[in-house]
Amino acid sequence: MKVKYFAWVRERIGIAEEMVEPPAGVRTVDDLIGWLSKRGETYAYAFEKPKVIRAAIDHTHVKPDAMISGAREIAFFPPMTGG
Amino acid sequence: MTTAATIRIQEADFDIAREIAALTSGRNDVGAVVTFSGICRGSENDEPIAALTLEHYPGMAEAEIKRHADEAMSRWPLTGLTVVHRVGRITPGENIVLVLAASQHRQAAFQAAEFLMDYLKANAPFWKREESQKGTSWIEARGHDDDAAARWTKS
Repeated sequence: MKVKYFAWVRERIGIAEEMVEPPAGVRTVDDLIGWLSKRGETYAYAFEKPKVIRAAIDHTHVKPDAMISGAREIAFFPPMTGG
Repeated sequence: MTTAATIRIQEADFDIAREIAALTSGRNDVGAVVTFSGICRGSENDEPIAALTLEHYPGMAEAEIKRHADEAMSRWPLTGLTVVHRVGRITPGENIVLVLAASQHRQAAFQAAEFLMDYLKANAPFWKREESQKGTSWIEARGHDDDAAARWTKS
């Protein structure tokens, strides 16, 4: 699945998007954040406060307990400041 | 009365008079047009800023705005609805966002415009980065505390 990062999440990780293949045990958005955090220091830094991170699956806002199976694109970003 | 909303995300500035004309010309059933335009202020938290840069999530931003525009159109009897959100580098005094709501009578237009702006502020995937003498920093969302779980919305 494709993972996209925005704003300071992207800046901390250092890339805007990537393809990932999380193992079967990674079922929810929260699980995915935990799994991504272990990829390296930049990821751990981006996700150091997971409760601040928002997520969207296939262009729709989702909660941390949302299931990721079947998702084509998951995005992680800080609280929004649009409008 | 079901008109599709006009939704645009663009770097260029918008012309408010022209956008209003697009909702009113050629028809005589519009009795009210409410306009909200958001403008880049010259300071943030009492610190002067040189510019804001708006980043967005292409694809989701349009989808999210459309979702809320559709909800506004179903909740209020509108003859038209326009949302234009700028992205890129914007300097103080410049336009950032436009919401126009048109209806036969004013109540629907006022309420729809406010509803849409409140939704845009909460749910639209845009992020503002400010430039000041201190450097660049991301503006923090207001009214959000660290317990973000409660604020995520399920589709």
